[in-house]
Amino acid sequence: MLEFTQHIINGLSLGSIYALIALGYTMVFGILQLINFAHGDVFMLGAFIGMYSSRYFALDRNPSLGSLFIALGCAMIGCAAIGFCIEKLAYRPLRKSPRINILITAVGVSLFLEFSGQLLFGADPKFFPEIYKPSVNWSIGELVINPLQMIVLATALILMMVLQFIIFKTRLGRAMRAVSFSHEYASLMGIATDKIISSTFMLGSALAGAAGVLVGLVYPKVEPLMGVMPGLKAFVSAVLGGIGNVTGAAVGAITLGLAEEFLVGYWASTYRDALAFGILILILIFKPTGIFGVERIEKV
Amino acid sequence: MKILNLFLATAILSLSVISYSDSNEILVGEVGSLTGNEATFGTSTHNGIDLAFREVNKKGGVNGRMLKLLTLDDQGKPEEAALAVKKLITQTKVTAVLGEVASSRSLAMAPIAQRYKVTMLSPSSTNPKVTQLGDYIFRVCFIDPFQGHVMAKFALDTLKAKKVAILRDVKNDYSVGLANFFTDTFKKNGGTVLVDQSYSAGDIDFKSQLTAIRAKNPEAIFIPGYYTEVGLIARQARELGIKVPLLGGDGWDSPKLKEIGGSAIENSYFSNHYSEEDKSPQVVEFIKNYKEVYGSVPDGLAAMGYDAAKVLTLAMTRAKSLNGPDLRDSLAMTKDFAGVTGKITLDKSRNAVKSAVILKITNDGFKYQTTIHP
Amino acid sequence: MNDVTVFGIKACWKWVVVIAIFWTFHLLVSDRLNPYIFDIIIYAGINIILAVSLNLVNGFTGQFSMGHAGFMSIGGYLSAYLTMLVFNLFPGIDTQSIYGTLFFLSALFCGGLGAAVSGYLVGLPSLRLKGDYLAIITLGFGEIIRVIILNIETIGGARGLPGIPALSHFGWVYTFVVLSIFTVWRLMQSPHGRAFLSVREDEVAAEAMGVNTTKTKVRAFALGAFFAGIAGGLFAHYLLYLNPQGFDFNKSFEIIIMVVLGGMGSISGSVIAAVFLTAIREALRELQQFTQIDFRMVIYSLMLIILMLTRPNGLFGTKEIFHFIPLRRRSLHDVKA
Repeated sequence: MLEFTQHIINGLSLGSIYALIALGYTMVFGILQLINFAHGDVFMLGAFIGMYSSRYFALDRNPSLGSLFIALGCAMIGCAAIGFCIEKLAYRPLRKSPRINILITAVGVSLFLEFSGQLLFGADPKFFPEIYKPSVNWSIGELVINPLQMIVLATALILMMVLQFIIFKTRLGRAMRAVSFSHEYASLMGIATDKIISSTFMLGSALAGAAGVLVGLVYPKVEPLMGVMPGLKAFVSAVLGGIGNVTGAAVGAITLGLAEEFLVGYWASTYRDALAFGILILILIFKPTGIFGVERIEKV
Repeated sequence: MKILNLFLATAILSLSVISYSDSNEILVGEVGSLTGNEATFGTSTHNGIDLAFREVNKKGGVNGRMLKLLTLDDQGKPEEAALAVKKLITQTKVTAVLGEVASSRSLAMAPIAQRYKVTMLSPSSTNPKVTQLGDYIFRVCFIDPFQGHVMAKFALDTLKAKKVAILRDVKNDYSVGLANFFTDTFKKNGGTVLVDQSYSAGDIDFKSQLTAIRAKNPEAIFIPGYYTEVGLIARQARELGIKVPLLGGDGWDSPKLKEIGGSAIENSYFSNHYSEEDKSPQVVEFIKNYKEVYGSVPDGLAAMGYDAAKVLTLAMTRAKSLNGPDLRDSLAMTKDFAGVTGKITLDKSRNAVKSAVILKITNDGFKYQTTIHP
Repeated sequence: MNDVTVFGIKACWKWVVVIAIFWTFHLLVSDRLNPYIFDIIIYAGINIILAVSLNLVNGFTGQFSMGHAGFMSIGGYLSAYLTMLVFNLFPGIDTQSIYGTLFFLSALFCGGLGAAVSGYLVGLPSLRLKGDYLAIITLGFGEIIRVIILNIETIGGARGLPGIPALSHFGWVYTFVVLSIFTVWRLMQSPHGRAFLSVREDEVAAEAMGVNTTKTKVRAFALGAFFAGIAGGLFAHYLLYLNPQGFDFNKSFEIIIMVVLGGMGSISGSVIAAVFLTAIREALRELQQFTQIDFRMVIYSLMLIILMLTRPNGLFGTKEIFHFIPLRRRSLHDVKA
């Protein structure tokens, strides 16, 4: 029973990591119907920006929530800028091209970020400075909860609600929804579609940046290829929850986190990486719209 | 077909323009993973080799001839390693080949070196099969069975641990090999392996494996992976309240382990080729020079690369001539070479026979525990 | 493939001549050529098979598969396992004898068949999906195949499979290069091929015209996987060592880059791109020795982006190379259906 409960706690905290990345994924997909392969790599860049900025400001000398916010701010701004550039240089010129071409470009951008990251930062893993240190682990009997991971879970939930608010309660959100419904109709209604897409991209990338810093804090190791697997798994979470749906992404991520946890804990740890893709395949075959997704009618 | 021919012609031309022949130089090839997933290991080894060559050249080279190192990257892929070594041997006409770090690449390279009768010396490929592929293939590290045996014996005899758990890196041939041989020896000597979990390199969350391990109450956990993951594993193990010592192999040897693992990794043990505390002149000098040139503390792979290069140059100095068979015979004669990673003797099956040391990780570095002889 | 012209003597003789030329080259020149350059030519050949077979799926049928390396690994492992089994059971057989060659060819065929069956199994459920989803699902299958291989101890698992007999050589590699090009080429001129193209051009219209789109896609998938499996077998018996890490999604990306660069839907484009990329990889190695930095993957990825921005159809688009040579009769074949 103890083991089981611990597994649930672990699964929740792992899921919250996936959720942080999946939120950005699902935002971009919702508006562009584009799998932004580079999202995982923007997440990696976020972790690096967080690391370098905390080194620059010597944030690990007085670890506190304030230091964490400074690093988060730097990473989010940096990643938003990177996201803006990626969208402007690589995706915008292809807005009218077939989807396959945009997909190939996304793969290209992803590979470019990974390998130039290796040249720029070096391939060896770097230590992420401890810019926020909670006093002790919370434990109930033998159950252990890492407060950092609870911060991640809370951040993921808060961000999810903030996004929900932006999408459904603000002018920007309304414009986003309009653009995701149809680019042409939206621009006919006087919405500057390019601007909206650009800001969605920046928002999504800023989320990835935040995720990078938080992951760096919980798992203090950053390296240029760290975004590949989490990126893919976050994508699976987004599809599982119904891609384009913010709540769905969070729910899908937690589900995936728990599923991985139980597979590894009780059955076969060697098949862990296959699980995410197995789930993806099953969900795409039996309910391609995901848990919360809405059926889109294909227009001829 | 015309354009195809044109492409081929340009390709072949561009490949053959540059020639390296200079009679006063000895060309030595190196194949390593300078980019890709395992770039960090390839880079360390390359630095070690490079440092050794600099030192040899500073002292006047090999019998008056300077050494020149040609390094080719294989991105961590076996097929690229095979192409690279073929290029070094047939195009550049190197005298000998150093590499690869990982057995998976060495296994692809070895048949080629063997076919062209060029000596190949691997710094750290521990899979026993590597040197079985031919009599031109050597290594300066100990092989998996020995290291697995060392750790199993240590766990049983010194730590008195009868029940252990294993956490292996399923993607990594080194880790899988070590885990298998550890299990063999451990079971043969009366121990039990309670649970055998795995992860794959690049993972960051190991709590599910560790929770499953915790439930079985082992007396030690054997984690034969690379330092890149072990630091995080240690942190998460301590977080979950697992207090038993963690055991590992030479893949742990890096200052990064302590940096990432923090205090969590303390009171753990790993087998290694040498100890930094060793005050023998070659170790002291190596660490000092390495810091000077690269600005960081060397890890185990750098030391292995350094020793491989030194063993090779010594064999060259001794050899009657530098052609394939002579160099091979000379290298096979290597006996009691006092390297950074211990006294190296190459046995009949071209593997290094040397003792392993066990290090304990403490607050101020890796402390020498004991030496285990083969 | 029941089309008469596919196996008609008239259609085949040119191709047989090409194979004969390759074999003559193999028997006369191969030992005298620089072994390193010869290696590049062999790997270029294997890449041609991979690129042409992927083009069948990604180019002609308009699907997007990202798991080609997975099928390659199935073919490679299966055929290598079979030849190792046979030659260990009957150590007396000379690998170069006629029996050795026959075993090798049947092992290759089994490997290809195994890959085709898995391609069929993968394709059947997943090809109902479109575009991005299909891409990611095939990527997933490729990864699952790799994880499964990692877990099978009899074929070495993570430690890889060394000691594969050296059976493939220039002659066989280029025989299969010709065979794969021939198959795809002739297929594209048959009614089946037209069905493939119709799926690419407009799936709904194709369905309306009576083309069973799912079946067509699965067929393309299985055939593409078959040749990927053959390529894997040739690769295994040339490199003499297999490791699951060599078949990760980066390998799939590499093949995709070849297809995209050459033009999705152009056989000669794929051939040229495969040769070019194999050669440039080695040429950039020279550059690397001066700069000490490996730019190759950065250049590859930049090339991919720039290509999509400036010439999204690749070098040749859906045209073949002879469409650019005015001397030839254009009426022979028009790929753009």
